[in-house]
Amino acid sequence: MSISRRAFLRATALTGAAASVVTAKAASAREPGAKTIPPNAPGMLFDSTLCVGCKACMTACREANGTHPEVTTKDALWDAPLDLSANTLTVIKAWSDGAAEHKDEETDGYAFVKKSCLHCVEPACVSVCPVSAMTKDANTGVVHYDPKACIGCRYCVAACPFGVPRFDYDKSIARLNKCQLCESRRAEGKITACAEVCPTGATLFGTVEELAAEADRRHRMKPGERAFFPRRTVNSGDTHEKQAPHYQARTYGVSEVGGTQVRLLSAVSYDKLGYPTLPDKPFVETAEEIQHSLYKGMIAPAVLFGILLILVKRAHDHRPPDARDLEGKDKR
Amino acid sequence: MTNGLAEQDLVGQRLGLSRRAFMQLCTGVAATLGLGLSEGKVIAQAILSKRRPPVIWLHFAECTGCTESMLRSEHPALDRLLLELISLDYHETLFAGAGHQAEEARDASMAENKGKYVLVVEGAIPTAENGIYCKVGGKTALEIVRKCSEGAAAVIALGSCAAWGGMPSTGPNPTGCTGVAEILGKTVVNIPGCPPNPYNFLSTVIHYLTYGRLPELDAQGRPKFAYGRLIHENCERRPHFDAGRFAQQFGDDGHRQGWCLYKLGCKGPETYANCPSILFCDAGSGSWPVGTGHPCIGCTEKGIGFAKPIHALADLKFVGPIANSSRIVEPQGNGITVLTAAVAAGVAGVLVGAAAIKATQLSNEPHPEQEHSQKEEKP
Repeated sequence: MSISRRAFLRATALTGAAASVVTAKAASAREPGAKTIPPNAPGMLFDSTLCVGCKACMTACREANGTHPEVTTKDALWDAPLDLSANTLTVIKAWSDGAAEHKDEETDGYAFVKKSCLHCVEPACVSVCPVSAMTKDANTGVVHYDPKACIGCRYCVAACPFGVPRFDYDKSIARLNKCQLCESRRAEGKITACAEVCPTGATLFGTVEELAAEADRRHRMKPGERAFFPRRTVNSGDTHEKQAPHYQARTYGVSEVGGTQVRLLSAVSYDKLGYPTLPDKPFVETAEEIQHSLYKGMIAPAVLFGILLILVKRAHDHRPPDARDLEGKDKR
Repeated sequence: MTNGLAEQDLVGQRLGLSRRAFMQLCTGVAATLGLGLSEGKVIAQAILSKRRPPVIWLHFAECTGCTESMLRSEHPALDRLLLELISLDYHETLFAGAGHQAEEARDASMAENKGKYVLVVEGAIPTAENGIYCKVGGKTALEIVRKCSEGAAAVIALGSCAAWGGMPSTGPNPTGCTGVAEILGKTVVNIPGCPPNPYNFLSTVIHYLTYGRLPELDAQGRPKFAYGRLIHENCERRPHFDAGRFAQQFGDDGHRQGWCLYKLGCKGPETYANCPSILFCDAGSGSWPVGTGHPCIGCTEKGIGFAKPIHALADLKFVGPIANSSRIVEPQGNGITVLTAAVAAGVAGVLVGAAAIKATQLSNEPHPEQEHSQKEEKP
């Protein structure tokens, strides 16, 4: 091969430049956060200040989804999953600091938080799935998983910024699992099992709009004042009275990676509860911008192919004479 | 043996009990007080040998439920014990006499037993407008309780009303009902409950009788042996709370199966009392409010009972993360074992050794170019 180092670098740089020009053009054409939540899309609001860690949601989730208890303690008496798994679609996690004496305080305090699928507006798992086993319902915005389509590549496991989809490593046939907002219960006109049983209304089911309004109402409460908190759904009429807590300034999930349909309220910073600070722009958007623009109009592949052609042609033209002889001999 | 026989006669005469039943009672009282079984004997001796302490029992703003509760206990025959173990010199419900004669009898007993008698107060004391809302024999409850407490050796406030005002003090409280301790401003044993458990009262009295002092009290003046723990801690439904099983409404599946009543407003997690341990009425298991399927209303806890709505959620006290709570970041796997460490170290050792040997060989080998030139030189 007689391509000079100089020629190779030049060709590479040219390809890269062509690609970046196309990318930049495509990026400017696309509006960030273009995707929106469908009207009347279902969602949930989890309020950590109301949660007492009773795990009623976990028990109800097991019943609704047919999952089995996970025994992790020595006495083997309690269903005590350590984390989300293909068998555990929601889990209550405990955060504590120092002496863990005061609920919802950051020093020497403790708080409970619920983990389950947040149903992103722009779900990374759907974007990365090569076989459309992960899909986002156009009408409800619920992110569904189809085990029949799944090939077990676990791209979704790696892509989810919240660590939600979990692969079942114990099964020989590829399968994972995650919360699908109690699809079968919703089909019967019921609400999610976890919201149904929550004794304090820490997990609330409803449309994203009404839950957002409820979250705003809670942000407007004066800390320490008696306030009413609904249970099951915002307008269930089943309320209980409690002191309003000091909420974090914003609702988690309104803007994180393009927004989510399941949102959180807390008195302790979300970072501490395992909900990381994330940019408003979804990672998916960046990844898709690069990938989609590379192939836009097949310009970049065409350029790359052209360069390759030139290189091959040059290599062919500059071959040493003895190689040509060899070729001639073979033909004969 | 003669002593034993005499004792038995005494028990039989005075209490109408067999010796066995009497010893069982004393041991039971010792157990309720959280004392050792041997203390039952000390208590039995005290009951038999000491002079019966005179008791003045006052009724104010209340329903007499505390007395009714006392009369219905059979542990055995508490009414007998009340009448014969102690010298009940004044009790409006149980008195045969009435009117000014009864009042005079009380004054006479108080004068005779100054500094020795036990004062039991049942009911709240109205304080509004100088206490005119409750009068006995022309005197206000305020006057009576102040006068009677002067010469009392100990004051026991029986029931939630006497302890802090209870039901009559519920807002807007037009009569200004208040507890005994607040009015007297001195140590009062509070035995709250609506009604209080008779055995908590009896045990307190017998403790006083046996040791000559009151049992240890908590910050609210309640005996620690009875009010030292949250109802939630000893509740038979607690495992359901820990497993996340809650009755959603009265009569549903969970409710029928005896699941936790927290969602229905049970105040067990914020109320101190021994109800789940000693139960009521000696009727066997389940004979207490939560056992029958109704959430605890927190009647022994000031600010909860008669203050918080019955079906309002309790604030959980000391129910932080439990030992098997999943943490935010849950380390998984068991770490490195001795065997894996040994295998890994062995493999690493072999690699290092092989590399070292190879390195020494390399330095000994002649350079390929040198080798080449040497070969060329030979011929």
